Amino acid sequence: MRLETGGRLIDRTRPLRFRFDDRWMTGLAGDTLASALIGQGRILMGRSFKYHRPRGPVAAGLEEPNALVTLGTGARAEPNVRATQTELFQGLRADSQNRWPSLAFDLMAANDLVSRFLPAGFYYKTFIRPRAAWKHLFEPAIRRAAGLGPAPKAADPDRYDQVYAFCDVLVAGGGVAGLAAALAAARTGARVMLFEQAPHWGGRAPVDGGTVAGGDPAGWVAAAVAELAAMPDVTLRTRATVAAVHDHGYVLVEERLTDHLGGGPGPRRRLWRIRAGRVVNACGAFERPLAFPGNDRPGVMLASALRDYVVNWAVAPGPAAVVVTNNDDAYRTALALRRAGISVPVIADARPAADGPLPQAARAAGIRVATGTGIAGTVGRGRVVAVQLCDAGGGGHVTETIPCDAVAMSGGWSPAVHLWSQPGGRLRWDEAGAMFVPDPDHPPTGAAGEPIVTCAGAAAGALRLPDCIASGARAGDPAAAAPPAEAEAEAPLLPVWVMPSGAGPRKRAKMWLDFQNDVKVSDVELAAREGYRSVEHTKRYTTLGMATDQGKLSNVNGLAVLAQALDEAIPRVGTTTFRPPFVPVTIGALAGEARGAVFQPLRRTPLHDWHAAHGAVWEPVGLWRRPYCYPRANESRADAVAREVLNTRRALGLLDASTLGKIVVKGPDAGRFLDMIYTGAMSSLPVGRCRYGLLCNEQGFLIDDGVVARLAEDTWLCHTTSGGADRIHVWMEDWLQTEWWNWRVFTLNLTEQLAQIAVVGPHARKALEALGGMDVSKAALPFMHWAEGTLAGIPARVFRISFSGELSYEVAVPADRGVELWERLVAAGGPLGVMPYGTEALHVMRAEKGFIMIGDETDGTVIPQDLGLGWAISARKPDYLGKRGQMRPALADPDRWRLVGLMTLDGSVIPEGAYAVGAGRNANGQTATEGRVTSTYFSPTLNRGIALGLIRRGPERMGEVLTFAAEGRRVQARIVSPVFHDPEGKAQDV
Amino acid sequence: MSDVTVTRATPQGMVTLKLPPGDVAWGPALAALGLSVPAVRRLERAGDRAALWMAPDEVLLLVPDPAAALAALAGPLAGAHHLAADVGAARVVFAVAGPRAREVLAKLCPVDLHPAAFPAGSARRTRAAQVACMLWAEAADDLRLSCFRSVEGYVADLLTLSADPAGSVGLFRA
Repeated sequence: MRLETGGRLIDRTRPLRFRFDDRWMTGLAGDTLASALIGQGRILMGRSFKYHRPRGPVAAGLEEPNALVTLGTGARAEPNVRATQTELFQGLRADSQNRWPSLAFDLMAANDLVSRFLPAGFYYKTFIRPRAAWKHLFEPAIRRAAGLGPAPKAADPDRYDQVYAFCDVLVAGGGVAGLAAALAAARTGARVMLFEQAPHWGGRAPVDGGTVAGGDPAGWVAAAVAELAAMPDVTLRTRATVAAVHDHGYVLVEERLTDHLGGGPGPRRRLWRIRAGRVVNACGAFERPLAFPGNDRPGVMLASALRDYVVNWAVAPGPAAVVVTNNDDAYRTALALRRAGISVPVIADARPAADGPLPQAARAAGIRVATGTGIAGTVGRGRVVAVQLCDAGGGGHVTETIPCDAVAMSGGWSPAVHLWSQPGGRLRWDEAGAMFVPDPDHPPTGAAGEPIVTCAGAAAGALRLPDCIASGARAGDPAAAAPPAEAEAEAPLLPVWVMPSGAGPRKRAKMWLDFQNDVKVSDVELAAREGYRSVEHTKRYTTLGMATDQGKLSNVNGLAVLAQALDEAIPRVGTTTFRPPFVPVTIGALAGEARGAVFQPLRRTPLHDWHAAHGAVWEPVGLWRRPYCYPRANESRADAVAREVLNTRRALGLLDASTLGKIVVKGPDAGRFLDMIYTGAMSSLPVGRCRYGLLCNEQGFLIDDGVVARLAEDTWLCHTTSGGADRIHVWMEDWLQTEWWNWRVFTLNLTEQLAQIAVVGPHARKALEALGGMDVSKAALPFMHWAEGTLAGIPARVFRISFSGELSYEVAVPADRGVELWERLVAAGGPLGVMPYGTEALHVMRAEKGFIMIGDETDGTVIPQDLGLGWAISARKPDYLGKRGQMRPALADPDRWRLVGLMTLDGSVIPEGAYAVGAGRNANGQTATEGRVTSTYFSPTLNRGIALGLIRRGPERMGEVLTFAAEGRRVQARIVSPVFHDPEGKAQDV
Repeated sequence: MSDVTVTRATPQGMVTLKLPPGDVAWGPALAALGLSVPAVRRLERAGDRAALWMAPDEVLLLVPDPAAALAALAGPLAGAHHLAADVGAARVVFAVAGPRAREVLAKLCPVDLHPAAFPAGSARRTRAAQVACMLWAEAADDLRLSCFRSVEGYVADLLTLSADPAGSVGLFRA
């Protein structure tokens, strides 16, 4: 119901229409979805996870475990949104979750009737026996029954944003402690960032009362915010939750930008990625529920939450509310309710006496205070209509039944230590407050051992207003003076973990600890009886604290129950680990800008636009896009590839080889360095010559290959594979910087500086001669030599190297002149029959020649010797990376699978990934294999299928016919030489 | 009048120079180009030339004519263990200018771009979202970002998105 007057945050002149499930309702500007629903008399907002029990809001903030809804529809539907944090806007649409067919009538609530058959660990117990029951019965049933809101299936239409920021002091929480900390720090000149998860500053203080600087706390809050806002190096944000504090002060904050408006033109949320010199955790504290029978009935809520609903939004479940407590703070709720015109028939206080100023004020207001009293049960279907009182220390004999619409419970407070604990801060048990508080002697530390997080206010256990604001100021600047503040004195609380304390098993089975996951006192006690002693194991076994609120309400109560059951002290049982994030962060914010066109960088060669304009279809090679082939009108890709291959072998082809890695290695020790990096001898390579080289890792496995050219006495140019340029450059620097740091060698990755074009085919020389400028004759530039000069007026380096077996020149020019050279070659090559060719023709031609491809013939388990590349290993060198690895027995085993060619008997193409079927079965009882296909193509040159493969003792078995299995069929192929075309190498050496 | 502009700068001649840290040739080599040796993460500019600190053993020279610069370096570097190469065609440069320039880059680069932390003359190797880049400040509100040419389109898209006024953050208020 909505109260006639009051409501600190609402604007009664601005009604807003919203829809919950299939009903349109009206709330007010300033409402949360939860307050608007309560205002409309709607308490039932969800169903629990396991038993489908009816659930109403138990909290009023981010710790809410029950009132979870799916917000929005279609692609914008967001599941598991806390109604207590959702600001109302015109046209908001929300749907309840985990109910079928409707929230009020949930068939699955039958789970509740069988709840004694679904005890703690039931999920794990279903694994055990009978085995088949898990797959066919339990898993499908559990999957249907459990689970919260469904994830939307369509792409998220919203944008998300990220920003990097830096500050000296980051304050999490904009209550009075956080504001005092930020002010004190900012006044010292520090760069300060202050984040508040709610839309309003001030935290609890404006609701809870007391005075700051002689006036209403709200007045001081407004003045503090105004002073901070005027400072240039202070960043203030509301609707921004500090989600994580990591090592080295790396902090993640999620800011909600347009959710409260129902959308907008800019990003919906922003993830701040901040390096903070230090962090002040001023996130406050969470009130604890009391574990009494029937405490999960809608209408039972935290005392502080009911106070918030009444004071902030002028709503309440009904005209009468019972307060049940073990402390003085809950009396504030009774007084606030009374001031708002809500009757409080009784305050049930578990303590034997309650005589502090707050209880006195309650009595003076005419409220009945029943000390030594607890709750034995609640009454009502779907919502509470009455409570049964009992002796707090007894077994639960009902002494009185009191009608009411709500129950405000308070079991004390738990400081929100999450941001302290995430990076490693330790806790200690505070007996007086019955709470875990940050242990200032064991803070999370930075690189120099300095504390990186300080807790302030309620998060530090300073619950009373004067202590709270003073600890805030101190955390901001130890020398700062805190504003004077006053609040009522409070008597100590009485720890109450089970109410009534002598309750038997039936009552304990109705005392909820984790409302969302349906974990009760009886479940934790059962876990203890079954031998669980660790709080972490008990959490997994019972699912205590595994709900979306991650135990914010349930953890301390649960571990206290566990401690009692184990007859241990609470601090000895300890807490579960506090892991980021503090509250769920939407995946979109983590992805940030990385979607659509900027999902991933796409690397374009200098010739990319030419390829695109000439019909290239693309192949991703790492982040590069390379032309796969250039299909002509009505030409299939396979036909285009065959045409490109044959044209290159018969006339002239052009390939964009710009993606090849090009690393310059220079210095007095460069030759010695390359002799270690490569398996071959590069130091003996004469200036002007090229040599094929292999790189292995320390284990001996082949990791990259390419042609090395010696540019000068102390300078080499190393070509790597397209995907290997960055990786090999890093590999070289790694060895130079960490192992051979005193060798005088410089490296430079020039891959992007140069466009490289392969001019390939019998007419290649004629094409270059037509451009003019360099002597490219066999005499002047023989095979495996290079020369520098100009071609068509463009400064060029020309390498006579071939990956196709044809006469081939690779021409490197500055990247910004690549298109010019390419177009000149296309023009000059016209009369010679020039055609561009793509990566697939490149692959086919290299396979026809038996040239290996890193990533096809290698997979991280292959050594050069397996590939018949022993000739590229220098036997005379004392060492190279991989040499000792290759001596290991497994790598020297003559039974290793080694490279051969394969020709099918029927001429067909062997399927990709086919295995050679061996005799019998292997040690695992599977069909034995004795080899596999690594590359397989239709060869236009041979007009039949060809393949390369690794076969056990392959080169010793020439002529043998093997059976290959893949894709459900079997193909017979003969072992042949891997060089299918021009085995003498005549074509490339002309 | 927009509060930030992103433009693709005209091609910039660049030379990478590597010398051992503290080598005696550093001073004479840069002096041959009219430049002094930049301090760590700094830019030294003289007219149309500049030297950007890249690493203890590396500077990036911004020069109008790389071939001439390499020729000028040859004398001072003779006999020194060094590496000098023309790298201008490998990179593109974007100018990000205006009161909101720092904020636009702060969305992409994990660098403290507060005017006091990154004043004019600062230079940093960093990344823009998923690719490597170089940042420097020619003036308080005139920043440059250089990346490899292959990812020019990606970086241009990132900068355009980042400069969208609807996503304004409000950092670095004057």
